[in-house]
Amino acid sequence: MGEQSYSGVYFLLSVLALYTLIGIFRIESILPSLIFSLSIFKNVIPVLVLIFGIMTAMDYYVSPESISRHLGKSSGYKKWVFAIIGGIISTGPIYMWYPMLKELKKQGVGYGFIATFIYNRAIKLPLLPIMLLYFSVQYIVILTLVMIIASLIIGLIFEKIEDRL
Amino acid sequence: MNQKLKESVANAAKALGNSLPVLTGVILLIGLVNTLVPKSIYSTLFSNNFLLDPIIGSGLGSILTGNPVTSYVLGGELLLQGVSLIAVTAFIVSWVTVGIIQLPAEATLLGKKFAVARNIISFIFSIIVAITTVFTMGL
Repeated sequence: MGEQSYSGVYFLLSVLALYTLIGIFRIESILPSLIFSLSIFKNVIPVLVLIFGIMTAMDYYVSPESISRHLGKSSGYKKWVFAIIGGIISTGPIYMWYPMLKELKKQGVGYGFIATFIYNRAIKLPLLPIMLLYFSVQYIVILTLVMIIASLIIGLIFEKIEDRL
Repeated sequence: MNQKLKESVANAAKALGNSLPVLTGVILLIGLVNTLVPKSIYSTLFSNNFLLDPIIGSGLGSILTGNPVTSYVLGGELLLQGVSLIAVTAFIVSWVTVGIIQLPAEATLLGKKFAVARNIISFIFSIIVAITTVFTMGL
């Protein structure tokens, strides 16, 4: 188990300690919190299976050289297209995608791609009809376009500061 | 199953397995925040200040987390209560792009400096995106 894995365990232990501490003062908050967390777990299991499938397929079919060539720092405009489309079509909570992005980083993908991918997770096409219940079409179209442009600017910023991270 | 496929399954399982403690921690933390922070207090935080409200909206969206649908519903309710569209937009955008609760997971898996920088930049951009969107609508 590497250093990073240990820090994940420490984080989990810290959260459990926080539960214990809050439980001492507000025991009535613990059960609803656990029930809500359990409902999230149930929702993310299919996403976890999907991500496991994608990671397995990537490991099996796509070589690190190919990833580096298509998504790496010197792959030109193609990587931005992949980052935008990948971010938009990916489902589930963003933190479920961190392990896959970590693997891509190991294989030469830059922080610019990762930042753009994460930002485009905000654009969820299947949720647009729900958004229409509260906001106008004009607002949704403009917001979506502005966010795609913002994601590219953020990606370019991270390309510039990559060496300092 | 051929050897290469077995290795690929094992690699993916190992990568996901190593991430499970931190993902579990984040989900437990989300449960706690959802229970301890009542949704009724959100609208009381806004002050109808043109400059301050987008920052409050971004701040609120950064701390809270969950399905984007929840942010649309809350944003719609805030609009009905007279909160400005810029503030509501900043709230909706930061809800998904900034994640204080997920920060430990992001820092552990993608790097501390990257996670902090990305969240700070996304926070600033949630306000820029909100102003640009609402300004463009008025053109």
